[in-house]
Amino acid sequence: MDIMNAATMNIPAVNSATMNATTMNATTEYPEKTVGLPLVADPKMSMRNVNVFYGEKQATFNVELDIAKNEVLAMIGPSGCGKSTLLRCLNRMNDSIAGCRVDGEISLEKENIYGGMDVVPLRARVGMVFQKPNPFPKSIYDNVAYGPRIHGLAHRRVEFDEIVETSLRRAGLWEEAKDRLDQPGTGLSGGQQQRLCIARTIAVNPEVILMDEPCSALDPIATAKIEELIAELSENYTIAIVTHSMQQAARVSQRTAYFHLGRLIEVNDTERVFTNPQHKLTEAYITGRFG
Amino acid sequence: MSSGDYHKQTRDLVKNSLARRYRKEKIFRSLGLLSVLFGIACVLVLFGDIGSKGIGAFENTWIKLDVKLDPVALGVNESPTTEELQHANYDAVIKEALWSRFPDATTRADKKALFSLVSSSAGDSIRRLLLKEPVKLGQTLPVWVLADDELDTFFKKIHQLRLPESERSITDKQVVWIEQWISAGQMEKRFNRLFFEVGDSREPEQAGIRSALTGSVLTLMVTLCLSLPIGVAAAVYLEEFAAKNRFTDFIEVNINNLAAVPSIIFGLLGLAVFIGLFGMVRSVPLVGGLVLTFMTLPTIIISSRAAIKSVPPSIREAALGIGASQMQVVSQHVIPLAMPGILTGAIIGMARALGETAPLLMIGMVAFIVDIPHGITDPSTVLPVQIYLWADSSERAFVEKTSAAIIVLLAFLVVMNAAAVWLRNRLERRW
Repeated sequence: MDIMNAATMNIPAVNSATMNATTMNATTEYPEKTVGLPLVADPKMSMRNVNVFYGEKQATFNVELDIAKNEVLAMIGPSGCGKSTLLRCLNRMNDSIAGCRVDGEISLEKENIYGGMDVVPLRARVGMVFQKPNPFPKSIYDNVAYGPRIHGLAHRRVEFDEIVETSLRRAGLWEEAKDRLDQPGTGLSGGQQQRLCIARTIAVNPEVILMDEPCSALDPIATAKIEELIAELSENYTIAIVTHSMQQAARVSQRTAYFHLGRLIEVNDTERVFTNPQHKLTEAYITGRFG
Repeated sequence: MSSGDYHKQTRDLVKNSLARRYRKEKIFRSLGLLSVLFGIACVLVLFGDIGSKGIGAFENTWIKLDVKLDPVALGVNESPTTEELQHANYDAVIKEALWSRFPDATTRADKKALFSLVSSSAGDSIRRLLLKEPVKLGQTLPVWVLADDELDTFFKKIHQLRLPESERSITDKQVVWIEQWISAGQMEKRFNRLFFEVGDSREPEQAGIRSALTGSVLTLMVTLCLSLPIGVAAAVYLEEFAAKNRFTDFIEVNINNLAAVPSIIFGLLGLAVFIGLFGMVRSVPLVGGLVLTFMTLPTIIISSRAAIKSVPPSIREAALGIGASQMQVVSQHVIPLAMPGILTGAIIGMARALGETAPLLMIGMVAFIVDIPHGITDPSTVLPVQIYLWADSSERAFVEKTSAAIIVLLAFLVVMNAAAVWLRNRLERRW
């Protein structure tokens, strides 16, 4: 009888969840315009009327959003809401995906990145840290020195040494890695690997760092270290971070953007979003009604 | 039904199904083991057969004769020139030595039977001796000369004595002479250096593997130098740069089809294009290498594409994310990481090319080549074709030559694969 009970108890639980979500969609209209303050004065990066398509499928709808200088912008929302897609548009990582098309304007310091800007210098200015730590199968030193090497930022060994040390220091990995710089980066632990990837990104001294769920593959301690690091990095860099953890968004970001099924619903100061959401969908998400 | 009953029922059902599941697993495992054992047994039988047949060819038989280096018999004057010594009549002094060794050979037939026991190239030993030390002219010296292949075969398989005379090629009279030689310690087996030093010959005891081996090396070098760069470039282009459309799909399907085309078709193509259209020379390693390149390319392209595809996309993203250009991603990350897989494909392709016979027959590499080729435009043959030619010969001594050539071919293959594996491991260690 126990089993039967468990089963019958489960079914309505699942049903109610989906029903809640569907009724929410049916009854709650998408806002005509994004709620809150999506635009800022003198933005580092700005998106205007951005529609991304994967073949026939539209992934984002008329997104209008600015990223201010030296801020940490968190992008949150349920799976499949288009936040990662949008993030990857910011340094054109979607270029290599077959059938992906980006409409609208995305600009970096008022220069349209899709309007004839060369993708190589763009990615040197807008770096990216990925969901899964992906160090090159090379030594720690070569991982960090790779970017400066291909962009010609340094020529002599001492210059490389200096870049490697500063980058590793900024990424909080220097103390752990300084005695094993010639060992493979893939031999580090998950959290160390992710910090190595951050060091690799900041070694080319980018203006913007994009982070696509950088802690989703890490344990809580490693996550705490990365979050600390993000706070430090925001002094020098503009950061946009996609995260599934609302606590993380609340901890690290100054502004938070909430996405829902490809639409940018609400953007506001992080504190405001989490304490006093303006839109019903935002409220439903942050209170855990769906997601 | 109470939950306790329900659990018990489930437990019983699971228990009942266990025996059947384990039995299936056991049958499957023993079948697998059986097929592995069968495979090993086949390989052992094959190697044992080839080894036992071919091992003899690595030794040849020599006879010690007391040769009187008589200038008159040799047909040269007292102080001959090198030119004269080259063309002197050495058979005459050998015959003289044979007949004085066995005075009982008096009839014409006996003398002929006696002379047939030494190789037709036996004079070479005396020629070498005289060219080195012309002062020995006129003296009587012990000289080791090469035995004929019939004697060689008989000496290696002395038990054939038990056969009736009509079933062996050595007559009873010859056996008497041979036994005298043996008991006098004037006949012995030595390591067959000749086999590795000379090319093909009509006489089995004078036939060697050198020209075919050199031909194989040259042909494979041409094949490797062409097919590896072209194959890798094609694979990289198709995987990393080409747009995914109907045209590239069409190319992909055709590459896969090419891999299944019988190799003799490639030989016909090579004959028509390289020899017919471009007027290249027949029987040369250059054309052979080009034909084998046709054959090897699909294998290398397919395996290289698979290797490139298996490079994790996260590495590409990492490099692209820092601002590496497509070319840098490919040359600095994708190809180094795909290299072990590419090399595996190259090994398979090369091994197939090494053993290939049919397409080379079409372009004339089946010719009887005595000279050792010195370049990719010298006429030559290759090991598998040499094996084919020897297997087709009627002389019994060629049986062991055939097996010996197979041993050399297999050794070549092992050396080549070992080199590739070593290279692959070295590349892998560099991550």
